[in-house]
Amino acid sequence: MSQAAITSRWKIKTGLNGDFIFKGITVLFAFSILVILFLMIYEMVEQSLPSMAKSGWRFITDQNWDAVQEEFGALPYIYGSVVSSILALALATPLSVGSAIFITEIAPKRLGAVMASLVELLAAIPSVIYGLWGVLVMAPWLQSTVQPFLIDHFGFLPFFQGAPYGVSMLAAIFILMIMVVPIITSISREVLLAVPRSQKEAAIALGATRWEMIRMAVLPYGRSGILGAVILGMGRAIGETMAVTMVIGNTPQISLSLLSPAYTMPSVIANEFAEATSKIHSSALMEIGLILLVVTLIINAMARLLIWSVTRRQSGGGR
Amino acid sequence: MKSVILRKGANMAMTGLMLAAALAVLVPLVLIFVHIIKMGLSSISLDFFTQIPKPTGETGGGMANGMAGSAVMIALASIIGLPIGIFGAIYLSEYGGSRISTVIRFAADVLAGIPSIITGMVAYTLLVVPMKGFSALAGAVALAMIMIPIILRTTEEQLKMVPGSLREASLALGVPLWRTSLKVTLRSAMTGVMTGVLLAIARVAGETAPLLFTALGNQFWSSKLTAPMAAMPLQIFNFAISPYEDWHRLAWAGALVLVTIMFALSLSARYFGRSRQKN
Repeated sequence: MSQAAITSRWKIKTGLNGDFIFKGITVLFAFSILVILFLMIYEMVEQSLPSMAKSGWRFITDQNWDAVQEEFGALPYIYGSVVSSILALALATPLSVGSAIFITEIAPKRLGAVMASLVELLAAIPSVIYGLWGVLVMAPWLQSTVQPFLIDHFGFLPFFQGAPYGVSMLAAIFILMIMVVPIITSISREVLLAVPRSQKEAAIALGATRWEMIRMAVLPYGRSGILGAVILGMGRAIGETMAVTMVIGNTPQISLSLLSPAYTMPSVIANEFAEATSKIHSSALMEIGLILLVVTLIINAMARLLIWSVTRRQSGGGR
Repeated sequence: MKSVILRKGANMAMTGLMLAAALAVLVPLVLIFVHIIKMGLSSISLDFFTQIPKPTGETGGGMANGMAGSAVMIALASIIGLPIGIFGAIYLSEYGGSRISTVIRFAADVLAGIPSIITGMVAYTLLVVPMKGFSALAGAVALAMIMIPIILRTTEEQLKMVPGSLREASLALGVPLWRTSLKVTLRSAMTGVMTGVLLAIARVAGETAPLLFTALGNQFWSSKLTAPMAAMPLQIFNFAISPYEDWHRLAWAGALVLVTIMFALSLSARYFGRSRQKN
């Protein structure tokens, strides 16, 4: 029971000096969250206006990014962000959902608990450390082993043509996959834990095997929550900066081949923002940031609503 | 009706697939840990904790200034972020009407999902541009903006778990509302609140992107809050993408130290969380 509920229930008088000041402080701080969010959106829009006025729609359709000539076409960055995060998600989703099911439904309780905390540890590793491992261990390994193999056996496909560089779109996809798997796994796990026991018991009582129980009772119940977890992972992947910057090769080009270097929106901000000397250059980078912000706002709002819809149903609106 | 053998076969196959998925998730974890521990242990030395980075070409050096800088900025970020997060949570759980609380909660969740590099850009326009220079203060503000939603949400969850009877008892004894909030409600939730705070600190301790254009990094010692300051994650980043073998070794040592600190933080967070459950 919250204090407000208690005061109204027992008709406790409020409005004494100390109470008034204290409540004022808490109101101020709580609303500062809204202020921060508003300020972020306002600043990003305001700072992007010069670039919007100059480039218009060409900003997202042009491929040419030249700070000296003041031509700003962000398409290669948008392409790099979209492709790297969608492919990373495509690889990560089955792995994450599978392991979340394994942890909650199949593994013995103690093993499941150990694996769950290992996954939490993975989610806590800073991205710069993933990047360090990616650029010093994974990229050389890709260059010497995986990429030559792909070129030899699948080189006829447009996705695997060119020379093995190591740092590449493929490296970014792999590192992003490794980074979003723990996030999707741990949220999916929470969602699956919210499935009522009675549903599962009913399926078992009707003679279902364990897989049939999962398919018919667990997954339909948690579907929207799992979808929310995947979308949240998408938001993380598209905004991920350090690890991707370190392994993607930072070359603004649109190439079908996954072996060639690419560039993403957060990476170009990370690399150029501190050194942007002209107003219009930093405004163009701000506009990239604004695109990123709008995309992640939409993604996060959607994901939150989906996850809330499941966990709320379980706790009867308590949260 | 499918045959029993077919159904049992499907069950076995799917169980195997999910086991494989779970193992595949843990493989990179093991690989990353093995490398950090192996490379980190072979590179770490006493110098790492006492020296600042040497210029290119010279061997040795450490990240002492980065560790100090990170500590200063995290402390400052906590000073800014803790009151906002905790008092905001008191509002949400004790006073807030349901609609406005939902809006603030939603805003906090959305804020937590904004890429940290954008937080850095905003701190840049709000602080670096008006102050005409990169500064540790701007870095700390960027980190605080990341901490606030985490602390707010965890603290609120904890305050809600405090039973209403405690508040009623305190009010019945004539304790004013505000003292009840601070001395009874917040205090009984303290261990849980600490868990949230430690997790928030662990999260920002490894943040690199928001510091790129706020604190900027510094090769030397600096104690001025209005000047660029070194930070460990920034140093790891810069050394990792450099072409020098010796700097790579420093980066691995830095990674080992950073991961150790973060695990210590999350283990103690878990310890706090567990001791609360026992009570």
